[in-house]
Amino acid sequence: MNINHHLSDELLLDYASGNLSEGWSLVVATHMAMCPSCRRRLAAMEGAAGALLEKVDATDVPVDSWERMKQRLEGIRIEEVKQTPAAAPSGATVFPEPLRSYVGADLSTVKWQALGLGAYHLRIPTDDPTTQVRLLRIPAGKPVPEHTHVGRELTLVLAGSFRDGSDLFGRGDIEEADDDLLHTPKASPGEDCICLAVTEAPLKFSSWIVRLIQPILKI
Amino acid sequence: MTQTKNQTLSNDEMAGLLKAIASDRSVDAFEAVFRFYSPRVRSFMAMKTGDRQIAEELMQETMVSVWNKAGQFDPERGNVSAWIFTIARNIRIDFYRRRRPAFDPQDPVFVNDDIPSAEMEFERVQDAALLRDAMATLPPDQLDVLKRAFFDDVSHSTIATDLGLPLGTVKSRIRLAFEKLRSALEGRR
Ligand SMILES: [Zn+2]
Repeated sequence: MNINHHLSDELLLDYASGNLSEGWSLVVATHMAMCPSCRRRLAAMEGAAGALLEKVDATDVPVDSWERMKQRLEGIRIEEVKQTPAAAPSGATVFPEPLRSYVGADLSTVKWQALGLGAYHLRIPTDDPTTQVRLLRIPAGKPVPEHTHVGRELTLVLAGSFRDGSDLFGRGDIEEADDDLLHTPKASPGEDCICLAVTEAPLKFSSWIVRLIQPILKI
Repeated sequence: MTQTKNQTLSNDEMAGLLKAIASDRSVDAFEAVFRFYSPRVRSFMAMKTGDRQIAEELMQETMVSVWNKAGQFDPERGNVSAWIFTIARNIRIDFYRRRRPAFDPQDPVFVNDDIPSAEMEFERVQDAALLRDAMATLPPDQLDVLKRAFFDDVSHSTIATDLGLPLGTVKSRIRLAFEKLRSALEGRR
């Protein structure tokens, strides 16, 4: 696999430090499942965190801390941690973990919803109210449908490819966009483009009328 | 064994202790690891929670996890402090009931690193001594951003708000810091 578009340092740092919410983390971790180079960068960041941990001042140590730890160990039976290999999906190689746990193994069973103009999407439910995650399927050779988003957007290609300006994004490539970036991605001819996309959740309006009609309008 | 509290053991010595924990269930080896890391992990937990008792409990959970998982530590792949940091980080994430999806190296769709392991030795991305030296050369403003991210448990955009800095400034400090650390690690080649 030849990945040319990677995660930014600031996004990786948020993930390494445990400060990236579920929606963003899902896309970041799915990219890393396909990208040894970003995994090495993540490992270097965790190494930096380890070096900082060594320097932390040890204050306020309870005198009986070790005694209590020792007592606790006596109550522990070591459960053999067996690495159970994940169930091998037969021929389904599009969705790596952790994405597969969210959408299932098989691309052919995805329950797509039409967006118009031959494009489809699938909303992926998470426990993270701050983001909206979905799979997109863009027909070969067609532009990505008009979509408004507030703030950051991350798009990870899982199949096919798309071109945005002079950049080509294929399987494993990730595009990080801010709301000030004007982009007009277009799927390459030959194969439908399947992407995993996360955006900031649409603003929640405080007016009760808007809240009432929001589900109807599906905004 | 009580003298080890403030004395930094080399990474190889620490890795040897983990091996003794994994293969012999050696309480003595574990005590040495505990004496060095537990005060640091407790302080790490206290920075975010601000509560001594919770910090003590989360530290104990972290160290129990070290005892249980010592056999999973792979000295070829990383250093002990980084490994213990990731355990502490994950326990802190669980404490705040957040979800953090992660990749699974056992997954058949997972793409393995094709760098041969012989070459990998020269590119150990977590070389403890190199990282320690490189961290010491970081300018204070860059080091401060990394500490805030790892210890205060806040995102880079929150750091920008806290410091009253434009987001772009914080991003460039992060990029400069990691460029420096990476070139220090690669300088070994
Ligand atoms: Zn990457």
